[in-house]
Amino acid sequence: MTDTKKVLTDPLVNNNPITLQVLGICSALAVTSQMSTSLIMAIALTAVTACSSAAISAIRNHIPSSIRIIVQMTIIASLVIIVDQILKAFVYDVSKQLSVFVGLIITNCIVMGRAEAYAMKNPPMASFIDGIGNGLGYSLILVIVAFFRELFGSGKLLGIDIFPLVKDGGWYDPNGMMLLPPSAFFIIGFIIWVFRQWKPEQNEAADFKIMDIAHGEGGHH
Amino acid sequence: MPNENKSCKYMGPLCEKLEKCEHYQKFAKYRDKVLALSNDSLEKTIAVALSLCFVCAILVSIAAVALRPLQIENKALDMKKNILDVAGLLQDGTDINAAFAEKIEAKLVDVATGEYVEGDVEAYDQRKAAKDPKQNVALTKDQDIASIKVRAKIAKVYLVKEGDTIKSIILPVHGYGLWSTMYGFLAVDADGQTVQSINFYDQGETPGLGAEVVNPNWRALWKGKKVYDESGAVALGLIKGTVDNSKPGSEFQVDGLAGATLTSVGVTNLVKFWMSQEGFAAYLDKVRTKG
Repeated sequence: MTDTKKVLTDPLVNNNPITLQVLGICSALAVTSQMSTSLIMAIALTAVTACSSAAISAIRNHIPSSIRIIVQMTIIASLVIIVDQILKAFVYDVSKQLSVFVGLIITNCIVMGRAEAYAMKNPPMASFIDGIGNGLGYSLILVIVAFFRELFGSGKLLGIDIFPLVKDGGWYDPNGMMLLPPSAFFIIGFIIWVFRQWKPEQNEAADFKIMDIAHGEGGHH
Repeated sequence: MPNENKSCKYMGPLCEKLEKCEHYQKFAKYRDKVLALSNDSLEKTIAVALSLCFVCAILVSIAAVALRPLQIENKALDMKKNILDVAGLLQDGTDINAAFAEKIEAKLVDVATGEYVEGDVEAYDQRKAAKDPKQNVALTKDQDIASIKVRAKIAKVYLVKEGDTIKSIILPVHGYGLWSTMYGFLAVDADGQTVQSINFYDQGETPGLGAEVVNPNWRALWKGKKVYDESGAVALGLIKGTVDNSKPGSEFQVDGLAGATLTSVGVTNLVKFWMSQEGFAAYLDKVRTKG
């Protein structure tokens, strides 16, 4: 039981796909200008990651290694098409806003990454939970980024006015940059910094050490 | 196989029948043989690839077919919403179907003559008709300023009426921008001259630049602009930069989209095309004289 819990909760902070593994950044930039689109995207990606991991894991012992990646892609792509069809049928407006990004879940590195790294070696149930966990880790960051972008970019949360805008007679002058994709870079960078302050073990070892010339060997002091 | 027995418990008689079937026995034999093969053998690779494709194809087809009616309904609703929007009748919480049925009247128009034609208005799809050689007209190079190659003979226009007087005429327009054909509606007053609004419901221009054609602030600039100059030529179009409203001729000008020159040119061209003699000029003449 503790194992299951660990598989589920580890990707939230300790091994977050966005902040630690730095995967799936592209869609995190693209769909986070509003809370509603990022919530739908988060649910869609979590569902796809969980189901694809479970399906791949179920047949993992029979996947020929020469066509391994294509088999994974086929399963993931089919699931994404199904999710896209469901969104178009039930939340048409949101699916119009997400447009190509639902289709691009196929290329989201988190889905492939979990299939390759976890589902190919673990049983279906564990893979399913791993998929949910990583999906939730992605969702967590997405929602945090969308929260700041929507709040400061348009003074709203989930479409409800929080800060009345100047143009509607209020006091808040929205920060237009928050609506542009680069602002997500700053927020994600900030989140990574917070996580690494809180959990110093996430800091990577430096690739090389800068030579200290002033106090180097052989100096005359 | 243990799995088989388990599923047999639930399927009961059907399963028994299946197991007696000759073809199933052959299939089961082959399946067991393949499953026992080494993963890297050519036969297993091909068998796994084929069966995976088969299963995935079935799942995707089921989803696509089963959800199709809902998707079509959503699309129709979205189209009605766009038409209400361009007519200025859309507010938060409007019941779209009811408002559309009450206020908007769809009509079929023969573009060349400008006369109304009889036909099944509900079912007519102008975009489909434009692709059908029997229902379209090929445009010559000189005519085709909007880069659409063909146009449907019959167009579907929408009227907003109050009693018997027309309040607005909603014309379907489309033309090529930078990346995509932009589809939209242009709403004009009954004089066929004053613009009420424009609205693009289907376009694939660059987000943030060309795709600003959907920006409500930019769309608001169109209100009150005039289409034809004194000579009757289409004068309305986008200019580079911002329109100076104090200058003469500004009633024919709308701000260009910053950073999207080719999309702006595309919008100008599609307005020029659809308001010209090739487009709705004949129809607008008829509306002006007959009402």
